[in-house]
Amino acid sequence: METLIFALFASLALGSSIVVVAHKNPIYSTLSLVVTLFSVAVLFVLLGAPFLGVLQILIYAGAIVVLFLFVVMLLNVQREEMPHSGQPGQRVAALLGAVVFAAFLVLLFWRAGSPQGQPLTEEFVSLKALARQLFSTYLLPFEIVGLLLLVAVIGATVAARKPPEVEETASKEAAP
Amino acid sequence: MSPVPVSWYLLLAAALFAIGAAGALTRRNGISIFLSIELMLNAANLTLVAYARQLGDHTGQVIVFFVMAVAAAEAAVGLALFIAVFRNRLTIDVNRMNLMRW
Repeated sequence: METLIFALFASLALGSSIVVVAHKNPIYSTLSLVVTLFSVAVLFVLLGAPFLGVLQILIYAGAIVVLFLFVVMLLNVQREEMPHSGQPGQRVAALLGAVVFAAFLVLLFWRAGSPQGQPLTEEFVSLKALARQLFSTYLLPFEIVGLLLLVAVIGATVAARKPPEVEETASKEAAP
Repeated sequence: MSPVPVSWYLLLAAALFAIGAAGALTRRNGISIFLSIELMLNAANLTLVAYARQLGDHTGQVIVFFVMAVAAAEAAVGLALFIAVFRNRLTIDVNRMNLMRW
């Protein structure tokens, strides 16, 4: 049963991630990224991390992908795409590099053998142990990440704002 | 019930990472490159969770939590930068962004 679910969602993740990379239209890429993220969330649950699975759906599929979709539609980029296709060797080189890289990774994991892992215990799956570690051993990084998110919000607002001189000239033009 | 070997998850994560890397190298639309980067981050997350499962330790899951937070920050700032670039140059084709070259 577990193997069946793994096979289903692993193939779903692989297929939709290929669509993410290969599709010409950024909107379809973003939407199939949702499928990939959802499949990976299911795999998180299979691996005994239900909290991270929920978090993945909430944060990634819920917030980040919506942000992406918003920007894609705001900028209306799909007509810019692909009429002129860069250096000719670039695509071949990247594909070759990815294949070689994947082969090395596979080799690495193959040599590590195929361990069965610890059996899932109630204690491992429960939120309590994770929360205890997060709020004791990793309290300082947790606070720093909170600060980072605050800085990111401020930085994004400043970066996406209209430059002030444009606003001034626009208001001058509008005034008379 | 026979559990799936952890190495299968690692192989899947390697494949996802390679797909994301190929996308980041070949695409020229800035947003598509961003999507590929998110894909690679997710592959790394999957590896961390798989190893956390194998070792029976929560540290990997804590790191995944932090990676998600940093990815959210990165997406927000990066997309804001793309909006700013698009406002100035009317394109987000990364091959045409050459102001900082040389």
